[in-house]
Amino acid sequence: MLPEIGQFSLILACILSLLQTVYPLYGVHTGHQGAIRSAKIFTILQFVAVATSFVILSYSFLINDFTIGYIATNSNSALPWYYRLSAVWGAHEGSLLLWVFLLSTWSIAVALMSKRLPIESVARVLAVLGLLAFGFYLFVILTSNPFDRTLPYFPIDGRDLNPLLQDFGLVIHPPMLYMGYVGFSVAFAFAIAALLEGRLDSAWAKWSRPWTMAAWMFLTVGIALGSWWAYYELGWGGWWFWDPVENASFMPWLAGTALIHSLAVSEKRGVFKSWTVLLALSAFSLSLLGTFLVRSGVLVSVHAFASDPTRGLFILGFLVLVIGGSLLLYAIQASKVKSRGRYQLVSRESVLLINNILLIAALIVVLLGTLLPLVHKEIGLGSISIGEPFFNRMFTILIVPFALFVGVGSLFRWKRQQLNDLKKPLTMILILSALSTVIFLFTFAPSLTWLAVMGTFLGFWIIVGVIYEIYLRSTHRHRFSKGVMKLGNSHWAMSFGHFGLAVMIIGITMTQNYSIEKDVKLAVGEHIAFEHYDFHFDQVKPHNGQNYTATMGVFTVKKDQQAIAVMEAEKRIYTVQRMPMTEAAINAGFTRDLYIAMGEQLPDGAWAVRIYYKPFIRWIWLGPLLMAFGGLLMLCDRRYRSKKDNIENSENSENKPAPVGGSDA
Amino acid sequence: MNPRRKKRLLITSSLIVGLSVAIGLTLFALQQNIDLFYTPDEIINGKNETGIKPEVGQRLRVGGMVLNGSVQRDPESLKVSFDLIDNKAGQVTVYFDGILPDLFREGQGIVAQGVLKSRNAIDAFEVLAKHDEEYMPPEVADALKGMDHLKTQQSN
Repeated sequence: MLPEIGQFSLILACILSLLQTVYPLYGVHTGHQGAIRSAKIFTILQFVAVATSFVILSYSFLINDFTIGYIATNSNSALPWYYRLSAVWGAHEGSLLLWVFLLSTWSIAVALMSKRLPIESVARVLAVLGLLAFGFYLFVILTSNPFDRTLPYFPIDGRDLNPLLQDFGLVIHPPMLYMGYVGFSVAFAFAIAALLEGRLDSAWAKWSRPWTMAAWMFLTVGIALGSWWAYYELGWGGWWFWDPVENASFMPWLAGTALIHSLAVSEKRGVFKSWTVLLALSAFSLSLLGTFLVRSGVLVSVHAFASDPTRGLFILGFLVLVIGGSLLLYAIQASKVKSRGRYQLVSRESVLLINNILLIAALIVVLLGTLLPLVHKEIGLGSISIGEPFFNRMFTILIVPFALFVGVGSLFRWKRQQLNDLKKPLTMILILSALSTVIFLFTFAPSLTWLAVMGTFLGFWIIVGVIYEIYLRSTHRHRFSKGVMKLGNSHWAMSFGHFGLAVMIIGITMTQNYSIEKDVKLAVGEHIAFEHYDFHFDQVKPHNGQNYTATMGVFTVKKDQQAIAVMEAEKRIYTVQRMPMTEAAINAGFTRDLYIAMGEQLPDGAWAVRIYYKPFIRWIWLGPLLMAFGGLLMLCDRRYRSKKDNIENSENSENKPAPVGGSDA
Repeated sequence: MNPRRKKRLLITSSLIVGLSVAIGLTLFALQQNIDLFYTPDEIINGKNETGIKPEVGQRLRVGGMVLNGSVQRDPESLKVSFDLIDNKAGQVTVYFDGILPDLFREGQGIVAQGVLKSRNAIDAFEVLAKHDEEYMPPEVADALKGMDHLKTQQSN
């Protein structure tokens, strides 16, 4: 009975989402106030309906209702309760239900938190969100119904969740990532609504900015979590594989990053507006493209769920409609957009333009690398794969100008910057960052490579640039201690964002250049030593969990003769699917990770063992967390939080030119 | 030209220059990093579609089934070799130094990436086994179509 209610409320939500589109648009068109106000009501009702459906599916997972086919394939009564709950989004059908649920969550947030906006604008935005939701509801109901029953011959127990997914990562990574993906739908809806209205002004940029930032923040955390998860769960210590599915999440991130910067320009200076709209449309379209690539099974990937051509076709159709429709609307309406601001060639506007160009170039690289194998195969040239070296090389090239501009971009004034005024700060930053690079590498690097020097320098260039800019701005009119307290949240947000990027660049540089990876054959009692560390293979013992049996290798690690850790790496066999899994032992630290993973037991009784030393790998995930924290700071900015309209005040204070160099400083 | 036009021209041209540099670099890097997929039979007799055989020294990917009884290990190190077969006449030997994936078994479909070292031998730097019961790269599935014994291996 319960699953039928879940199914019913899903269909109800589908109908409500259509009403949420049609009725408010009719209201806006005819000026019917009741119809305009109905947008909010339909949004709330739709949320209640889909939430009911989601809760019912989760509850059915908890009580092991194996009469539901989806649960029978993806859960098992021996599964711990928290994995049963997160198994809801462990496969295709449920993850789509999560998708529509989150879309509805974003919609209701827009409906409830947009009191300052004109009611017609909100109605349009909600209508667009409703239309998107309608498409996805149709998809879920027609091709991927999570409530399909196995009756009358239902299984006694389920086939269990894929062991790779039985991990804390599954609990948190997909929801975060989806919050990001789906969150861009709000930016998309704002852009479409503005195009429909034919009104693109600074107010539009100001409204959609916090929403975009929130989505970007979730996506950033989501991607970082995915990388961390892959690192410890896949058992071979990589943190990014340029896997098509990773690329699918990285593309909207790149577009989103370009978007938050271009929105800032649009809001403060009133320029780049049609470009910003195009970015807003792209960010969400790329999220959809990602979904298509993942769900349709056209790509070979570790993430591939069981594929089904009708699903692929449906999403492809939806994709074509959404992207085609929005671009058409853009083509018709964008010419009406007038940029009022003027700026010189050397100005912050230009620097941000360069930032956007580089991000889009990176986006094109990823897009090419992801889609080319598909195209190649479809036109009959045979199947190919594009290796990691391609992406790595391209990003190594692109990051150089990007990091150089990030480091000093915020020193540029809006409108016009005298290059002469930048000489002093640029020299200072150059000297200080070169000095930091030398000290840092001298302390932590065993040898020098060109790439390591370059990467570390770029990282410190940004860090020094960020600190120097904070110093200049704080001492512009006050003493440092007083001035630094007066910096706004938005300013700190930018600083944290850029600082996070620097931390990540340093982490990537150190990990890629100074990791030591040894695949060795070790018998119990043997040891291997490198880089001050000595790994002693103590014993192998059995270890049993709730739904698996494991063989555990125990290692004692010594550094300079001092025992610093006992590490236990497991080889698990999950009982239901009879699937072997490697559970790596990781000794994490701020400046290095030690990583041990058991391979197979060789015929003579010894074991194949991976032993890795990964310097600064934590910084790769610390960086994105700092970026996301920056985003959070911006959301807490007074301008976006307060209900009263204080645009005028805050805009005035924000528009003051950056106090840099020359007579100012 | 008025300043506004000039600025637009500048923006547009910098966009075009940026994009073409990106595309140029991309294509250049791509050329060196595209790995074609072959089945064992295609390595010996040439691609099905074009008849082109891979050159010795070329990077490629090969997918097929690990021949029963062909896995040979070096007693001193992690060096291992095994034969790959497909549903045609092809048979090639793969050499690998490292840890094989969890799901590597004789009689299973795998994909190896590496360099062709002679007409029928590959030096692999990566070996991937199928991910779970339902998942297999489509190319491997094609190469093994009609070979029925995959299922029976599942029960170990």
